Amino acid sequence: MALLEPFEFGFFVRAIIAAFLVGGLCAFMGTYIVLRSMSYIGHGLAHAIFGGAVVSSAMSFNFFVGATLWGFLSALLIAWTTRKNPIGSDAAIGIVTTASFALGIAIISRKHGFTHDFEAALWGSVLAVERADIIAIAVVSIAVAVVFFFAYKMFLFNTFDADVARFYGIPTAWMDAIFALMLAGTVVVSMRVLGVTMIAAAVVIAPIVARLLTNSFVKMTVLSTLIGIMCSVTGIYMSYFINVSSGASVVLLSAVVFVAALGWSRIRRHLSRSPAEEPGLSRLPSGSVD
Amino acid sequence: MLHPPELEHLHRPDPDARPVVEMRNVTAGYNKSKVLQDVDLNIMPGDFVGLLGPSGSGKTTLLRVILGAVDVQKGEVRVNEKPVRGRNNRAGYVPQLETIDWNFPVTVEETVMMGRTMANPWLPWYRKHEKELAYDMMQRLGIADLAKRHIRQLSGGQQQRVFLARALASSPDLLLLDEPTSGVDLKTRDDVMHLLHDLNHAGVTIVLTTHEINAVAVHLPRIVCLNGSIVADGPPHRVITPHILLEVYGAEMPVIQYHGMTLVAESAHFWIDRNGGEPLATIPDESHREPVIPHVHPTTANVPEHHHHHGNSA
Repeated sequence: MALLEPFEFGFFVRAIIAAFLVGGLCAFMGTYIVLRSMSYIGHGLAHAIFGGAVVSSAMSFNFFVGATLWGFLSALLIAWTTRKNPIGSDAAIGIVTTASFALGIAIISRKHGFTHDFEAALWGSVLAVERADIIAIAVVSIAVAVVFFFAYKMFLFNTFDADVARFYGIPTAWMDAIFALMLAGTVVVSMRVLGVTMIAAAVVIAPIVARLLTNSFVKMTVLSTLIGIMCSVTGIYMSYFINVSSGASVVLLSAVVFVAALGWSRIRRHLSRSPAEEPGLSRLPSGSVD
Repeated sequence: MLHPPELEHLHRPDPDARPVVEMRNVTAGYNKSKVLQDVDLNIMPGDFVGLLGPSGSGKTTLLRVILGAVDVQKGEVRVNEKPVRGRNNRAGYVPQLETIDWNFPVTVEETVMMGRTMANPWLPWYRKHEKELAYDMMQRLGIADLAKRHIRQLSGGQQQRVFLARALASSPDLLLLDEPTSGVDLKTRDDVMHLLHDLNHAGVTIVLTTHEINAVAVHLPRIVCLNGSIVADGPPHRVITPHILLEVYGAEMPVIQYHGMTLVAESAHFWIDRNGGEPLATIPDESHREPVIPHVHPTTANVPEHHHHHGNSA
C-alpha cells in the first residue's frame, strides 16, 4: 500500500519515532515557556545552540554534551546580562543568541566541508536522524518527565508567579537553572529533526492551541503534548509525500491547526452566553468579569 | 463571623509572647542603594499593622525584608526568633492583584493549593488533609463554591480572597499584604478590610502596606509611618497628626477629628483654596511651609502600649 510505503525504509521509521518524541517534548516544554511569556527564548536558544553545535564539531567534542552545555551557558549569560546591567531580557536574548549563531556561521564559512552537514541542523531533515539521535531524544524526554513529575508543584507556582513563589520558599533560581538546562537539552536533540529555524514554532504553537481549548493547567500540559506529537508525526509523514523539508512541514501543519483552533474558540465564544466561562486568551484589563 | 479553628494555633494571648518580627537597626536596599535606614520594629503576635507612606518610602521593601528577599546591609531581622535567611520564613504573602497573570490557566482551587507547595515539595500531588485544610479555608472565606472556576471568572473581592486563602493555606505565622486595597473598588476595599479585621480577631498577625490614609490606615489598631526610616509608630490618634504627616509626605495635610473619626485632607492646598483660603481645620503653623524636620521623633511618637496589644483585645 502506498500510504505505508515510507515505513519500508529504516530511516523513515527512525524519523517517525524521533518525531513522536521531539513533538511531545517540545510541546511539553512549550507549555511552561508560553505561560511565562518566554516564547522568544526558544527561538533564541535554538540559534545559540547552533553555534555551540558547530564549535563542538570543530573541536571534535561530543555533539550532544557540547551543544547542551553551550545552550545552558547561553541561557545563564542572558540571565546574568539582564540582572547586572540595565538591559532588557529581549535585547539580551537578541545579542547573546545571535552572536552565538554568527560564531557558528563564521566557523562554517571558513571550513567548506562543513556546509552540508549543518544544513540539516538549520532546516531539519528526516534523513539525518540516526540511532544515537533517538537514544538522545529518549534520554532527554525521560529526564524531563521525571523532573517535572516530582517537581510539578514547584514548577507550577514558579511559572504562575516567580516573584511570589520565592516568598513561599520555592527555590526559584534553581528551578530556572534546571529549566534552562532541560530546554537546552530539548533544543539540542530536536535540532536535527526540526531544524534550528523551526524549533521555536514547535515549542510555541501546540501549547497555544491547547490554551485556546482549556482553562486547566494540567489539561493544557497534556493536550499540548498530544497536539505536539500529532503535528510532528503527521507533518513528517506528509513531508515524505510532498517532498518538503521536515521542519517546514511540521510547522506549516501546526500553523493550520492553530488557525483552526483559533477559529473554533472564537465561534464558541460567540455562541456562549457568558464569554468568560470559555477558555482562551481574551485580555480583560481588570482581570475581573463584573 | 469568622473564627477558623485552624488559625487558633496562631493566637498567642500570652503577655510574655515573643515578637513575630524583630527588626534591630536595619538598613536594607537593592544593590548599593539604601531604601530603609536604621529601622527598629517589633511586631507582636496578634498585631494588625499598617505600613503607611508615600511611594518610595520603603513600605514594600520592609515587607520584603521580613520575607528575606532583600539584602540587609546592617542590623538584624528575626522572624519567630530565627534570623531571616532567604527562604526559611513562615510568612504568608498576598501580592497586589495587579501583578497577577489573569490569563494563566489555573482554577481557584489550584491557586489556593499553591500555598501548600513546600509542605511536600517533591510529592506530585497534595495529601488528603492538605486538600481538606485548603477547602476549609476557602469555605471560611466564602469561595468554596468557586473552587473549580478559573481565577479570571471572579469579582475583585473574590479574587482577593483566593490569594488570602492561598496565604493562609501555608499555615503562616503572619500574613503580609502588599497594598490589598489598591486598584479595587470601594465595596471590595471595605469587604477586604472587614475580612482582615475578622482574621485578626481570630488571632492572625497581619502587616499590610497602604497609601490610603482615610480609607485604610485610620481603621487599623497600629500604624507605622515610613519615609526611608520609621517616622512614627502607634495607634491612629497618636500617629495621624499634621506634624507626622508633614514629615512622612512632605506636604501639609489638615487633620480633622469628627465624631471620633480621624479624617485627613490628603490634598490640602486644593482643599484650602476651595474654601477661600480659610483653613477649616488644624494645619501646621507657617514655619512649616519650608521643608523642615519636625520635632517628632520615632521614640516620642512610639506608643509603648502596643506591646500589650493583641488582636482579640482590639
